[in-house]
Amino acid sequence: MKQFLFFVQKEFYHLLRDPRTMIILFGMPLTQILIFGFALTNEVKNTRIAILDNSKDPVTAEIIQQLEASRYFDVVKNIKSNNELEPAFQQGIIKLAIVFPQRFQYSLLHENEASVQMIADATDPNVANTLSNYATAIILDYQNNMKGQVEFPYTINTEVRMLYNPQLKGSYNFVPGVMAMVLMLVCAMMTSISIVREKEMGTMEIILVSPIVPIHVIIAKMVPYFLLSSVNIGSILLLSVFVLDVPIQGNLVLLVSECLLFTVTVLGLGLLISSVTDSQQIAMLISLMGLFLPTIMLSGFMFPIENMPVPLQIVSNIVPAKWFYFIVKTVMIKGLGFKYVWKETLILIGMTIFFLVVSIKKFKIRLE
Amino acid sequence: MRALRILLEKEFRQIFRDPSILRLIFMMPIVQLIVMPLAADYEVKNVRLCIVDFDRSSYSQRLINKITATDYFQLVDYTDSYEKALVYVEDDKADLVLQIPSSFEKQVIKEDKSTLFMSLNAINGVKANLGGAYLRSIIADFNREARLDWLQLPRFSPQPTIKISSINWFNPTMNYQVFMVPGILVILVTMVGAFLAALNIVKEKEVGTIEQINVTPIKKYQFILGKLIPFWVLGLMILTIGLIISRVIYGITPVGSLLTIYVFAAVYLLAVLGMGLLVSTFANTQQQAMLLSFFFMMIFILLGGLYTSIDSMPPWAQISTKFNPVAYFIEVMRMVVLKGSTLIDIKMHLSIMFIFAIVLNSFAVWNYRKRS
Repeated sequence: MKQFLFFVQKEFYHLLRDPRTMIILFGMPLTQILIFGFALTNEVKNTRIAILDNSKDPVTAEIIQQLEASRYFDVVKNIKSNNELEPAFQQGIIKLAIVFPQRFQYSLLHENEASVQMIADATDPNVANTLSNYATAIILDYQNNMKGQVEFPYTINTEVRMLYNPQLKGSYNFVPGVMAMVLMLVCAMMTSISIVREKEMGTMEIILVSPIVPIHVIIAKMVPYFLLSSVNIGSILLLSVFVLDVPIQGNLVLLVSECLLFTVTVLGLGLLISSVTDSQQIAMLISLMGLFLPTIMLSGFMFPIENMPVPLQIVSNIVPAKWFYFIVKTVMIKGLGFKYVWKETLILIGMTIFFLVVSIKKFKIRLE
Repeated sequence: MRALRILLEKEFRQIFRDPSILRLIFMMPIVQLIVMPLAADYEVKNVRLCIVDFDRSSYSQRLINKITATDYFQLVDYTDSYEKALVYVEDDKADLVLQIPSSFEKQVIKEDKSTLFMSLNAINGVKANLGGAYLRSIIADFNREARLDWLQLPRFSPQPTIKISSINWFNPTMNYQVFMVPGILVILVTMVGAFLAALNIVKEKEVGTIEQINVTPIKKYQFILGKLIPFWVLGLMILTIGLIISRVIYGITPVGSLLTIYVFAAVYLLAVLGMGLLVSTFANTQQQAMLLSFFFMMIFILLGGLYTSIDSMPPWAQISTKFNPVAYFIEVMRMVVLKGSTLIDIKMHLSIMFIFAIVLNSFAVWNYRKRS
């Protein structure tokens, strides 16, 4: 036991005597939560659009005014002719163009039908769809209001309730995701180099000739990073609540313990990477390049998992961040209890045990 | 010149003598490029719906049939308890609950008016919004049909209607992969370039071999060039492999010319590598170098407009993309691959990238100290 404590002490010295790394490790998660909490959103707003009004009558003027008033659009004024549209799209100046034909009002009032053309830049199909939907909604709104306030017989109304996120804030979706991502990457990277580094520097030999057992080496490597991550978890949660306005609806103790569990899981993953590789570069490449994209893309916070092809849906199950993201969303945003996340918790515990057992098994006590 | 050639020979040997790194450098981007775009499907579809029907009349049946006939909604359950439906939402098995009140049919027919209730899981605001809007439009459609049942057509005074026709330029089939693949390729090229360059000098520092270089008459710029060129070549090789993969697997042929892509990529790689080298002149250990470059990479990538559109970011974040080389390359890739932009269209991007490359590299040369 005393041996083990000494070893933990050694690891602490390693960490504490490298202030640059410490600053990065404390600063990075905070900056990232702040930057991404504010900046990441898949809402569409203030998109630059062009409106070609070939009719210039009161009706088009009113529709244009409503489009301009919408927070989704930002109308670019200096595009005046059809020929200017293509270059504007090509240079990425506008994402949507709305074209009113000549005699719009006349057709609408006398022929009861007028047409509007919408041209979307579909390079990003998602944005294109959303933009046309919003513009369509505004125009149809105008059309419906034109009828006046006549009550129609046989009307079905729809009342909508937004559960969990009544203001439709993007941060409710992104904060749990960014939490999972930041913890996953920082923790995995930190531990993934810790053993390899001793191998590379040659200090591993000294450890191997000492009577300390592999399990102690491995756990001692985790302790300092675990404490560091706990501080980070605390500050991330404080930032989410007080700066990003994402409240913690559920039980704080449950949320924190799930975060700590996830930290251990990821630290274990890092150690596993560390004990199977032999150079820091490889360990880092695996833990960063290998984990970065899968964590972002397969954890479900950027792209809905149910849209993926089935094999990928299955693969997504081995991404720990996926389970953690679900847990944080359920506990923090929906405010539900342990009853709803016990399965995911068990999966994370299972993964942790797996990672630790394999890294102890793979830990070579002989030099090659 | 000779010194540079010898340095280059050394660097290339170093890279090629470590097969495990080489494998990683090539395999990881390839695998990720093959797999990841499949996951990137933003389109709101498969909205999981739970219907709570207190009415169970022929009208509510008709409405439900109409909703489930679209392939947009997946009916999770049809029940008569709101609590049960809410449990589905809590378990994340349903996104939307539609509640049909009892005597819905009677109210519509006798009282001319009835109200449906819709509850949506709004954590993912976009999905909630679009799913809800789509369901409302189906209900409005249903409403119109129901009205026609009871009213004779002629009595229905003609409404002025605005017909909206949509055209989707550049990507008429609305294929999301065409949009994602070029972007992901940028990320992979960037990560390989920046990380490897950052680690490289630091490794010499850590292992101690930099001392040997410092006592030779090699000039600072030669040393930096010797580090830069091999990774520049590697980066372009990965770009080539990536373009071949996107051609073979996703059938994406750039509308614009390959030359435009390569010209920009060549300058871009110089900038990215310069950044990596700059980081490595600051860091003392590989760990620090990795953390620093990772920190910047993550911000550059996530704020670069790959996943979320730059236009919807707050103003300060939009301004920050002006200083984000990754954002420029992603934009240029998409412009060339999808819209067929030419060198003239991207001349602004190209000259800005030149400035990046020059500034970052000269800073790196200046900051590299031959003394410890």
